[in-house]
Amino acid sequence: MNFDFTEEQSMLRDSVARYVQDSYDFDTRRAIASSDEGMSREQWQTFAELGWLSVPFEEEHGGFGGSSVDTMLMMEEFGKGLVLEPYFATVVLFGGLLQRSGNSALQTEFIPRVIEGSCLGAFAYLERQSRFELADVCTRAESSGDGYSISGEKVVVYNGASADHLIVSARTSGEQFDPQGISLFLIPADAEGVSVSSYAMMDGQRVANITFDKVAVAATHLLGAEGEAMALIEPVVGTANLALASEALGIMGQLNAKTLEYVKTRKQFGVTIGSFQALQHRMVDTFMAYEQTKSLLYRAVCELEEGADSADATVHALMVMVDRAGKLIFGEAIQLHGGMGLTDELDIGHYAKRLMMINTTFGNGDYHQAAFDALRYG
Amino acid sequence: MDISFAPEDLAFRDEVRAFFDKAYDTELQARLADKATFKEAVIDWQKRLYAQGWIAPNWPEEHGGTNWTSTQKFIFETERAQRGIRDVVPFGLTMVAPVIYSFGTEEQKQKFLPRILSSDDWWCQGYSEPGAGSDLASLKTKAVRDGDDYVVNGAKIWTTYAQYADWIFCLVRTSSEGKKQQGITFLLIDMKSPGIKVNPIHSIDDHHSLNEVEFNDVRVPVANRIGEENKGWTYAKALLAHERTSIAGVADSKRGFDEVCRRASEEVNGGKRLIDDPLFRKRLSDIEVELMALEFTELRVLATVASGGAPGAESSLLKIKGTEMQQAIQGLNMELAAYYQGVLPNELSAEQLGHEFGSAARQSYMYGRAATIYGGSNEVQKNIIAKAVLGL
Repeated sequence: MNFDFTEEQSMLRDSVARYVQDSYDFDTRRAIASSDEGMSREQWQTFAELGWLSVPFEEEHGGFGGSSVDTMLMMEEFGKGLVLEPYFATVVLFGGLLQRSGNSALQTEFIPRVIEGSCLGAFAYLERQSRFELADVCTRAESSGDGYSISGEKVVVYNGASADHLIVSARTSGEQFDPQGISLFLIPADAEGVSVSSYAMMDGQRVANITFDKVAVAATHLLGAEGEAMALIEPVVGTANLALASEALGIMGQLNAKTLEYVKTRKQFGVTIGSFQALQHRMVDTFMAYEQTKSLLYRAVCELEEGADSADATVHALMVMVDRAGKLIFGEAIQLHGGMGLTDELDIGHYAKRLMMINTTFGNGDYHQAAFDALRYG
Repeated sequence: MDISFAPEDLAFRDEVRAFFDKAYDTELQARLADKATFKEAVIDWQKRLYAQGWIAPNWPEEHGGTNWTSTQKFIFETERAQRGIRDVVPFGLTMVAPVIYSFGTEEQKQKFLPRILSSDDWWCQGYSEPGAGSDLASLKTKAVRDGDDYVVNGAKIWTTYAQYADWIFCLVRTSSEGKKQQGITFLLIDMKSPGIKVNPIHSIDDHHSLNEVEFNDVRVPVANRIGEENKGWTYAKALLAHERTSIAGVADSKRGFDEVCRRASEEVNGGKRLIDDPLFRKRLSDIEVELMALEFTELRVLATVASGGAPGAESSLLKIKGTEMQQAIQGLNMELAAYYQGVLPNELSAEQLGHEFGSAARQSYMYGRAATIYGGSNEVQKNIIAKAVLGL
């Protein structure tokens, strides 16, 4: 039993940390956020050159063969810098689904392109009515000749504005809420019948609502078995939640550190406000919330790597804590920064907004708590 | 990062399980549950651990420790707690022994450590005073040098199990010069010394474990002083981290929580099991999520200690969160017991009464209020973290 990182893991973390510190300061990030795409393709190419886009992929496809620990360490550093480039959408979700799909032709075609930075991907899974239920799918894929014809609408597709390829969940059989009968398809974003309406979110991301009007897809572009997509989606969402939690941990650490620095320098009544016990105890509460989140993240990563039966419940527990601890930490960070905490100029509010988005991506705290309860208490 | 057990760890776990299953027998459990036989049963149990060589896993091997890895310690703790086996009485083994083997003379080590290991001496702790609680350093119990003795006058309070104790370790004031921390001396005092009087304090759990200990011209040989005169605070501080870590009781909370879940699937309201009630389920998982995290926070601290670090300010985090968990679990048991929480100890059987755990749940809940107060109140722990970790 140990909580040490291997030399390779430490090097990877240091490489991302150094890059974020040297080349992704808050002004750079602000400029990228206000650009048309809300991300920098130049930065993305650098990520590719540094090998980061290859980390979770298997070696046979040119990947690094990394584990959840590697992804955790990278995402934590991305969180610290509020990195906007679509690592989560392209590598973790799009790449993760491809990697697990068992479709070797698509893997051979697309994984190397993701790794070299020439393919930006997105996973289109949310619908207007679906909220957090992944199996609530109305978009339909009808059999048509040798392939399928997809019609329907997906909303809030992360990286949907920039992605050149989409993985879409669509129903090939069954009714709206059936876990059975959902299939995944890989579609070029410029295929006929696809229309993309993009918009900006509060955390700087560009997302899109995407409609599919009788979009023709070849049977070879089906990922996994027809109707069995939930078995593919669920484990990928599990690792995606770990990635989000890691990013959140990085953000929480930054918020705590910046707030601590602030209360040590800000003076009122002739003394630093950090000398007040009422504030000290609140700083301790946020410190403990951070440490507890870190512990649960380590637990979830270890259990997932071990293939423990309890891993699914632990990931839900982790997301409950990310939600609760995140809200406590950003709330206190804004409060203790006083009026400055409300300014757009300061990074505090931007960290807060990214945390809020993380806590809606694959379920909020209540959703994860109900899922945890069902697994643990029947 | 790896939390899997190696084959030798699994073999160790089997060994621990076999020992507990055999040594912690039903006859012993009955004696532990009976007030009249409690003390001798505790000593009996600790002697069984001693005979096995497992009484002091955290001591250095040269003094009688086990030389276990942090994984082995974790396995031992988990297996102990899962069986509902009480932890050893901490005052000798966990609290004073590290001070003696770290700061004591060779004579003191030889005199005291073997009898702590064998549980032949029962120790209690003389820190708090009627006028010195969270502000421990303001203590006033006075020791005045007279030849080869100190003459001690004053009173200690909240002294757990003083009525059983053979020895008490005390912080006493030997100087009022300089900062109040600077005039404190660490003394080991024989409870049979003339001039010591133990006054029981009956607590809100309808039990007697707490006491006030009076010292009236008690003569203590200078040979029983730890380290230097006026340096006692330094030694005591080193000890407090051990105390806090042991107070956290994470493995016991885990077991307590599992018991709550079992009871929640038996207790019903309107024919519906409480574990199926959405509000109760939320209360359960609010606690379980924190507890799952705390288990790993403790493992992280253990791993730090194993790689040569001492338990420092992070032991304050464990103390705060650990005691919060204990109280939260005690609170759930009270909810589960409903009106039976009011039952005082009586002669009726559970069958006659119609309920099993109400009285015990209340006793734990009421005495459990102490956990956020003793060992330095949780507010004091927050002060420690603010200063030592956050630099405020």
